[in-house]
Amino acid sequence: MINVMIVPTPNTEPASDEEPPRLAKKRFLRDATEHVRDVGHRAFVRKALGGYYTSRDAQKSRFRDWEHARDAAAIAKWSAVNRLDVLLPRFVANFEANGGRVHWARDAAEARGIILGLLRDAKAKAVIKSKCMTSEEVHLNAAMEQDGYGVVESDLGEFIQQLRGEPPYHFVFPCMHVRRDEISDLFGRHLGTPPTDSPEELTMIARRHMRRLYVDADVGITGANFLVAETGQISITENEGNARLTAALPRVHIALAGIEKVVEHLDDLAVLLPMLATAGAGQPMTCYNTLYAGPRRPGEADGPEEMHLVLLDNQRTAILADPEQRDSLHCIRCGACLNVCPIFKNVGGFTYGTTYQGPIGSVITPHLRGLADWNHLSGASSLCGACSDACPVRIDIHHHLLHNRRNAARTAPNRWERLGHRLFVAVAGRPWLFAAAGAAFRRTLPLLTWLRPPLLRDWLASRDLPPPPARSFRSEWSRRRGGAA
Amino acid sequence: MTAERTTARDAILARIGEALRQPAPPPHGLVARDLEPQTAPLLTILPEAVARPWLPDGGDTAAERLRILEENLGRLRALVRRVPDLTAAGDYFFALCRERDWQRVAWHAHPHVEPLVHQTPCATFRVDDPGFDKNALESCDAGITACEAVVAQTGSILVSSASCGGRGLSILPHVHVVVATLDQLVATLADALHAIRDRHAGHMPSMLSFITGPSRTGDIERILVLGAHGPKELIVILVG
Repeated sequence: MINVMIVPTPNTEPASDEEPPRLAKKRFLRDATEHVRDVGHRAFVRKALGGYYTSRDAQKSRFRDWEHARDAAAIAKWSAVNRLDVLLPRFVANFEANGGRVHWARDAAEARGIILGLLRDAKAKAVIKSKCMTSEEVHLNAAMEQDGYGVVESDLGEFIQQLRGEPPYHFVFPCMHVRRDEISDLFGRHLGTPPTDSPEELTMIARRHMRRLYVDADVGITGANFLVAETGQISITENEGNARLTAALPRVHIALAGIEKVVEHLDDLAVLLPMLATAGAGQPMTCYNTLYAGPRRPGEADGPEEMHLVLLDNQRTAILADPEQRDSLHCIRCGACLNVCPIFKNVGGFTYGTTYQGPIGSVITPHLRGLADWNHLSGASSLCGACSDACPVRIDIHHHLLHNRRNAARTAPNRWERLGHRLFVAVAGRPWLFAAAGAAFRRTLPLLTWLRPPLLRDWLASRDLPPPPARSFRSEWSRRRGGAA
Repeated sequence: MTAERTTARDAILARIGEALRQPAPPPHGLVARDLEPQTAPLLTILPEAVARPWLPDGGDTAAERLRILEENLGRLRALVRRVPDLTAAGDYFFALCRERDWQRVAWHAHPHVEPLVHQTPCATFRVDDPGFDKNALESCDAGITACEAVVAQTGSILVSSASCGGRGLSILPHVHVVVATLDQLVATLADALHAIRDRHAGHMPSMLSFITGPSRTGDIERILVLGAHGPKELIVILVG
């Protein structure tokens, strides 16, 4: 059953760590232009998100005080991230006391190597995987396929994306951009099922296909949403039950998580789990919130014989070293900032070319992959602040985009931008020159529109300049005040 | 291999130590100014304790908790059935098996479960011993388990691998039937965590799971479908 699955080579794999400089920005501009023009796609994505706003607001109203609850969640993450030096070793000690084994990975290559080694040790023949964005970050599936391991993504959205040979479009809703008729065709091609336009029927096809695979797999790979220092448990949040099955039936359970997922107390989850569910999908709680403490205990009916946890750094310590943006490590990956972002809704998830899309992705990707090549993401923002308002753990997302712009200007100043600003300062500081420049500009504006000089060409491609006003603001002001200015 | 592991661990921990030498400002835009953590000793505050009055209500009295629970389970599209005692629960379960035409139900040894299973009209499959046949469990129509606690605040059922038949029983069969007694009903998630901590002091079960409604997905056009991979139906029998 597993072997009949043909997984095409991904063709829109997010930029690898070694992507040549400047390519990322060029591709972003090209893809953004293309997506913004695709009105049908934009309407589809907006419609899909429509239900989210309604259920999120309904769920928020069941909190007795949502804004204060955000404070509590923010403080829980803040105090954990700022004491990672104490809490991470404490978590590891408790996790190992529970019978789990911890592996440390400094970067993506090390994480891939550890997991491939574990698969070899387990003599794995069939691997089932539940949704794990960290595994997308380290490009785990490609490495596993290269080593000859069949791996099946069990989350419905991830399964659809795996069959399509695409990375996730949205890190919580992986295939929100795909229409049901496309999914029906896809299942017809890969699984030989008859066409249907019912989401329910399509879900049942995946359900039937997957059930055998859970039973037959020898290794299950999951992510983790929280690592509880106090008890050494890992917490996994999901709706479908696929992560539960992945950690219940196979002989070996491997989890992969970033080091920033630590929280101090088990009780912190009593705040964070409902916040994550409400902000992420408008639910009171996600359907399954499961805590794992090691492999099967004596006296328990089932469960894996071994449990491994791979702790990944991959530049997270670089974010930690920046006190100004350290709070971006508070992120619980609810995806709320994507759902409310006007840029995400217009350019779509693939345009970012990153593992983590949307506003939070634009903040952290420059840290993960280099500011010089990824600063354009900080520019792709209207700075409206919707992301910061939506964040359940109060990450100051839109200001961080400004911080990234400032840092980029410091490290690699743009000479033309600098010259422009100097010129503006020189003109704006001299009222007579400002008036003269304004007058000249008002006269030449139609000419500029007609000439389309290189600097204005991109801007004018999709916009019209308004006709210039007849007189300046200052002369209009003095006229209305009766010349008393 | 061992040397490499030590190096990676030490390198990461050293980077963390180095990074944290500069303190970060408190979280941005807190509305509760008196909560703002200024100094290290304050870091030991328990966010849950202060957050309790802000989170969704779990009810102060038994009657309120029951009302909130039933409302929440209804919204989650779980089925709730209140019965006075375990004998009545057995009658209801018998009728359920008949009505749904279940061929085989999976169960585990537990004082809440046994009285129900002993009088079912269909075949039964017990999953207490390690090494039970997973294929047999997969082919069962329903699984029946006890639970550790029921949470009014969110409509969640807390199950554990220690006293609810392991990990697979409550997730693999198509229908999950839970037997809970009214004294297991608690107000909040934190109360449930405290209860389980008291019960298993020092020996947390290898799995704890808050089950909140039947399995679901919205992955296709964000349209809700019940029964993605886990149970399509969650039936809660409340005894007492």
